[in-house]
Amino acid sequence: MIYLEKRPQPAKALSYFTPVLAVLITMVAGGLLFAVLGKNPVEAIRTIFWDPVFGEFAFYYRPQLLVKGGPLILIALGLSLGFKAGIWNIGAEGQYIMGAVAGAGVALALYPLEAWWIFPLMIIAGALGGWAWAMIPALLKVKFGTNEILVSLMLVYVAENFLKAMAIGAMKNPEGFGFPGSRNLQQYPSAHNTEVIAGSGMHWGVAAAFIAAIMGYILLNRHMLGFQIRLTGEAPRAARFSGVNPGRLVLFCMGTAGALAGLAGMFEVAGPAGQITTGFNVGYGFTAIIVAFLGRLHPFGIVLAGLLMALTYIGGEAAQSTMQLPAAAIQVFQGMLLFFLLAVDVLTNYRIRITLGEAA
Amino acid sequence: MGTLLEIVGLTKAYPGVVANDDVSFNIGDGEVHALLGENGAGKSTLVKMIYGLVKPDQGEMVFGGTVYEPSEPQEARARGVAMVFQHFSLFDALNVAENVALGMAEPPKTGELAEKIRSVSEQYGLPLDPWRLVGDLSAGERQRVEIIRCLLQDPKLLIMDEPTSVLTPQEVEILFATLRKLKAEGTSILYISHKLEEIRSLCDEATILRLGKKVGTCTPREVTAAQMAEMMVGSELHRPEREAATPGEVRLALKDLSVPSPSQFGTSLKNITLEVRAGEVLGLAGVAGNGQDELLAALSGEILSASGMVSLDGTAIGNKGPAERRRRGLLTGPEERLGHAAAPNMTLTENALLTGAEREGMMSSGFLKWGKARDFAAAIIERFDVRTPGTETAARALSGGNLQKFVIGREVMQRPEVLVVNQPTWGVDAAAAATIRQAILDLAAGGAAVVVISQDLDELMEVSDNFAALNEGRLSEIKPAKGLSMEEIGLMMGGVHGMEVAHA
Repeated sequence: MIYLEKRPQPAKALSYFTPVLAVLITMVAGGLLFAVLGKNPVEAIRTIFWDPVFGEFAFYYRPQLLVKGGPLILIALGLSLGFKAGIWNIGAEGQYIMGAVAGAGVALALYPLEAWWIFPLMIIAGALGGWAWAMIPALLKVKFGTNEILVSLMLVYVAENFLKAMAIGAMKNPEGFGFPGSRNLQQYPSAHNTEVIAGSGMHWGVAAAFIAAIMGYILLNRHMLGFQIRLTGEAPRAARFSGVNPGRLVLFCMGTAGALAGLAGMFEVAGPAGQITTGFNVGYGFTAIIVAFLGRLHPFGIVLAGLLMALTYIGGEAAQSTMQLPAAAIQVFQGMLLFFLLAVDVLTNYRIRITLGEAA
Repeated sequence: MGTLLEIVGLTKAYPGVVANDDVSFNIGDGEVHALLGENGAGKSTLVKMIYGLVKPDQGEMVFGGTVYEPSEPQEARARGVAMVFQHFSLFDALNVAENVALGMAEPPKTGELAEKIRSVSEQYGLPLDPWRLVGDLSAGERQRVEIIRCLLQDPKLLIMDEPTSVLTPQEVEILFATLRKLKAEGTSILYISHKLEEIRSLCDEATILRLGKKVGTCTPREVTAAQMAEMMVGSELHRPEREAATPGEVRLALKDLSVPSPSQFGTSLKNITLEVRAGEVLGLAGVAGNGQDELLAALSGEILSASGMVSLDGTAIGNKGPAERRRRGLLTGPEERLGHAAAPNMTLTENALLTGAEREGMMSSGFLKWGKARDFAAAIIERFDVRTPGTETAARALSGGNLQKFVIGREVMQRPEVLVVNQPTWGVDAAAAATIRQAILDLAAGGAAVVVISQDLDELMEVSDNFAALNEGRLSEIKPAKGLSMEEIGLMMGGVHGMEVAHA
């Protein structure tokens, strides 16, 4: 018989080790998946994990790692606050879109004015856009007790349609020959999210992600508000007893997550993407959920997890083009990562005991 | 008189603790046998082995002359062993008969069963209406459901785990009359308790456990309660002492406090009015579930009321939350340690911060001072003799008694103006309970006003100046604790719940 026995204390060392273990198991299971698809598993894993960083074309892939990792980290950091407190914002994708639309909207409204304050104003607009979108499920939860999981998720689809309406309507490029999509902000110097260090892939959004990670660490470990977030997640009743106002905490966590997702969207549209298009969003808001958990809801863990997840994106694309792996296989691969992480997570709180004979 | 159950050398070990170490004793036919010991002495593990819930590592049992090795409770029941647990397993939304039917392998039709329940309940003097919804029953009535459920199986051995903790003194008398009747009919009873007077009045023989080992046997009628207590604790008990103080100003006042309970089967508070003065300890008795949790929440600020309903030193604070009340000096200690008074997975340092952050200066402009929090946790551990490897241990790793010392100590050491505690010594060993009671009395001597809510009447008599009881969310008259008889206390607690049914 195999059964689980609760540990008296959660094992600290294991909680750092389980993400690594999950990655290893994912590689094995993913390899099997690729083998079943008729591909060489070793080559596929190498294409995904090794080549982008150390391979022949690493000079091209390495900056991409930051470009893709930046928004994932930024969004995941915001989500992790809520997740720690048991507040489940699943709608970061929508908040990301609304931040991008708000940020781009400011730039497009001011075009072709050139001024130093335009980019800062876009940052504020982007954060506000995402914040406002997150406030809808937050306020509904606080006032009427609705389920924030459902409301935030449903609002993603609203946001997607709003995005499409903008791309072919109000924000459409008047000089775009009727094609859907806005002006390209990369060609609008005051609004362009440039690289902080040229050629590194490190644009202002990536810088913002690293700053947010440090601030998140300080909040969670050195500030009362962070303590209250952790306390609420661990023991909601004890949190109330301690004096935490649960409604205010929901507003704060959802609001922060929304603002950070909005920022990510704004940096994306003003930088790597360049323009509002019907297919602007590529699922960063959902992938960030995996990143948050893979990073143990710890700010620095999230930075590492974000970069790892970016690697699977880039490596996955490479595998698609060089090995003809289907895109769905890469998504399954990413899903496996979360699945195995949650599965091995059991080990931090329980130990496996194997006994011979009948159970006691 | 023959032997019904023979227990020889039962041993059961869990990781890190030996719950039972080579325990042997016999229960005779028609004997009421007491199993006596403090919390954590191993009583529960032992009866779980008898009832087939836990398998012993070593040792054997003989029941009615043949080997007895129950691998599951069903087997135990088939042999004639029945058990009434301390925590009931009843469904609130079903009626009594339906609840009883759920525990049976082949239940008869509900009408027939109801008739059976009625006849057993009359036969043994346990008033109970089979058609009532369990959610509407008092704790004492719920216990009767469990007892009748057992009696329907015609048990040879009835195990009762701390049955009187949920009863008023009058209900205890009814229960004892039933148990004596069962004994007269030849049923053996294994009676688990740490209440010595009860055991003296009911039981024929007693086996005393301490730290998993059998430390002695006695015939309860022939020894004093103090002698049994010494065997149980292993040393002489320290009785809390206090000096008579003249009460000062009114510090805490409740005026017509009425609030609905946040939970469906909870008890709403109805027009509670009381005053507690500096230096006074007010004891509030009551059977569990009569509004104790709600009263504590209304005082801690977890339930808000109209502002004038609660006042502290003359200031109305009924609409203020927990943080504001704590700032003003009203501190509370809830009954539930894990999950309410403390966060199970967080360290003792973090749990010290949980209520002490502001009053103990562990925070400046929102930023936490971990060093100070650690010092405060260490100070609590030191003064209240909390047994733990250190301040960075998770709260859930502490034993119940040690965690209780920590959470009560955390409030006491913040020098409260008013302290309200619910079941301060629940599940705590006698020595730790004495420490906690002494700390409460010292606080009052220092000029604080203290409210102790408890189901342990002995404890209340020991610490209180004034005494009242909660009954279905209402407060009885407040009387001086000195000179109150058990009879009076019982009536304040509401007498016998549901007695009218028997006469109906």
